[in-house]
Amino acid sequence: MAVRRLAEEQPESFAFTAENAAWAEREITKYPKGRQASAVIALLWRAQEQEGWVSEPAIEVIADMLHMPKIRVLEVATFYTMFHLAPVGKKAHVQVCGTTPCMLRGAEDIKEVCRRRIAPHPHEVSADGGFSWEEVECLGACVNAPVVQIFADTYEDLTPESFEAVLEAIARGDEPTPGPQIDRQFGAPASGPTTLFDVEGGSERTPRQWKAAPYPQGGESATSGNGAALGDKAPNPAAEDVAGGAPATPREATGREEKAASPNGKQQKAGRPTATGRPDEEAARSSPTDNGENLAAGPHKATTKERIEAETEDDDEPEARADAAGKRPAALAEPEGKKDDLKQISGVGPVLEEKLNGLGIWHFRQIAAWKGEEIAWMDEYLHFKGRIERDDWVGQAERLAEKSGQA
Amino acid sequence: MLADKDRIFTNLYGLHDPGLKAAQKRGQWDGTKELLAKGRDWIIDEVKKSGLRGRGGAGFPTGLKWSFMPKQSEDRPHYLVVNADESEPGTCKDREIMRHDPHILLEGCLIASFAMGAHACYIYIRGEYIREREALQRAIDEAYEARLIGKDNLNGWDFDVYIAHGAGAYICGEETALLESLEGKKGQPRLKPPFPANVGLYGCPTTVNNVESIAVTPEILRRGGDWFAGIGKENNTGTKLFCISGHVNQPCTVEEAMSIPFRELIDRHCGGIRGGWDNLLAVIPGGSSVPLVPAEQIIDCPMDFDSLRALKSGLGTAAVIVMDKSTDIVRAISRIAYFYKHESCGQCTPCREGTGWMWRVLERMARGEAEKREIDMLLEVTYQVEGHTICALGDAAAWPVQGLIRHFRPEIEKRIDRYTANPNTETRVVLEAAE
Repeated sequence: MAVRRLAEEQPESFAFTAENAAWAEREITKYPKGRQASAVIALLWRAQEQEGWVSEPAIEVIADMLHMPKIRVLEVATFYTMFHLAPVGKKAHVQVCGTTPCMLRGAEDIKEVCRRRIAPHPHEVSADGGFSWEEVECLGACVNAPVVQIFADTYEDLTPESFEAVLEAIARGDEPTPGPQIDRQFGAPASGPTTLFDVEGGSERTPRQWKAAPYPQGGESATSGNGAALGDKAPNPAAEDVAGGAPATPREATGREEKAASPNGKQQKAGRPTATGRPDEEAARSSPTDNGENLAAGPHKATTKERIEAETEDDDEPEARADAAGKRPAALAEPEGKKDDLKQISGVGPVLEEKLNGLGIWHFRQIAAWKGEEIAWMDEYLHFKGRIERDDWVGQAERLAEKSGQA
Repeated sequence: MLADKDRIFTNLYGLHDPGLKAAQKRGQWDGTKELLAKGRDWIIDEVKKSGLRGRGGAGFPTGLKWSFMPKQSEDRPHYLVVNADESEPGTCKDREIMRHDPHILLEGCLIASFAMGAHACYIYIRGEYIREREALQRAIDEAYEARLIGKDNLNGWDFDVYIAHGAGAYICGEETALLESLEGKKGQPRLKPPFPANVGLYGCPTTVNNVESIAVTPEILRRGGDWFAGIGKENNTGTKLFCISGHVNQPCTVEEAMSIPFRELIDRHCGGIRGGWDNLLAVIPGGSSVPLVPAEQIIDCPMDFDSLRALKSGLGTAAVIVMDKSTDIVRAISRIAYFYKHESCGQCTPCREGTGWMWRVLERMARGEAEKREIDMLLEVTYQVEGHTICALGDAAAWPVQGLIRHFRPEIEKRIDRYTANPNTETRVVLEAAE
């Protein structure tokens, strides 16, 4: 499901132009009496064409026109992904198809051009307000992949170069020719049709020359089709932990544990210097550069963001709040010797372990030493509502500390 | 190979004018009145005789579907709804019909409406096809002008056709979701039964057909069901628009006989596989929702419903996605999983939660950042999603993943091995292309 919300800044009001209002009246008559709600998508489209995007006042106006509850129109506007719920580029809003058939033909390179020329992230309007882009699901022109759609027109059979040429033409105020950007007749094979010779005025028999050979043949192909997809060489493990919530190392592999833990510790120092505030967000912020090539960079980030929002619940001052509730546990700037695997405590996962490390908690004995006040502080800080006591972290930590001979 | 004279879509590549005059020259709107004069039963029988199976993916016999409509309803109008919400990744056949041969679709709409007693037809076209909608609207205006459709038209059956435009929801290609969307709601599929033939659009008897299914009927009736049945194999008859995309030298849309062997289809029309036949890795033969088939199984397979089903895949919409050995196969399927995550309507929990879950796990597997037992867990989850949802989107999301695990489990395991052998983040292994 795509989660979509209305923009925060909304215009004061909305009204159809006289011409569009008359058109809307006609549109409603296409459907039987009492079924005027059927025209809702068409009217939203017209509102979007008029204003460039669908605003909350527009939704309300349309609800009144169609005698629909406002929530029903809001549902429709947020369900259908072609309605822009925030302003988009004035000259061009580029919809890049990223689904598998386009991806196989190099959609990653097209997206890279968008990131470079328009804005680093989808749905972001470029500095001059002229351009914006997003990745969309299948545009239905797969034999002409890779494809982008700019408002009503599709530009097909693109290469990064020809796509840039299209963008430049639009920026100049020209209208580039839509359709295939190579010498090709719509969906026919690029060297000329192979069928329909024996119909009146049918296909030419002589194969045409390719003006541009768009894809290298044979063995060299590895770079063109999936080059970008394979470029995902060094995903940021921290970001992945946040997004996927999965341990980077299997827990059973105890022999390896120390080895695996140490780079984590190093990263702790490098990426998240002290026990300040929201470690997850730090990780999320540092990730986009590493994830630049990642196929799912956009969606991934969204997930991370959602998670952070869910976890912190608009809470800007967890520390201040926690300080009011109890006493901050004693922290160590860095582990004394090897740090303990806090994940062994039932209830602590990799994400929590990082948070604790971020607070300067490295060892079981530190947790075992917590008293009521410290537990209250931590409970408030992590927003746990008593889980530390329910899971008996202190007792568990005591036993684990004894086991590892450091009591 | 199919002879040119047996091809139905003679303006597939837009070499001619799509307008009415030129369409009539190509034989469309020819003797439509006489066809209608032969009566409803004759039309349905002829379509049944042709063996036409629905071209939208499921392959349900079209004539049979039409015969489910009640003979007559006193109180409720009948509707024909044409499904032009072509969104299955890989598929772009209806687009060519609507922009280059719109009149044959309109003629088909009139005939089908007559056969099921409908006086109104809605063509639901996907949001992205704006130019196609305009082309179709031009054709409709021309047809009204020439009194081929409308009240008191020359063909003798009162008939109105309207275009409804979607706005970018894949799920609206599911017939009941499409009806919901037509009624001005979110496109969330309805529970069946009742089936649309009894309770469809606005609670009235409705039949939903794919564009291609409707557009081939005028020619079937003109030339006879036996002609159509004579092409292809038994139970898989007729001509079919194939859309071949991905790693072929020349991707294209082409009308071919059903059951054409895969190798012939590619060699004749697409200039072969990029890098030669040895470079073929796998093929998704029917749009993103069918499982992939590895190279050695597909090469000599006839492209039809039953042969592909025997390979545990399907013909679907005949959108052939070809992948050569440079493809990162896990990532390609993962991208399909992301598509279904994005397009799930959110109504049924197994699909809403499962599609996202499957995508996240596949993303990790593409990097090798997973455990081997998770492969079985993933497979198990696909079976939990499949068949436990109102519509087939859950199934469609599960099948590609099942296909991947069925045929490429060693590839996933190899990546996991490489990753776990080298978990140190600074010296992360470089994943190379699937070999």
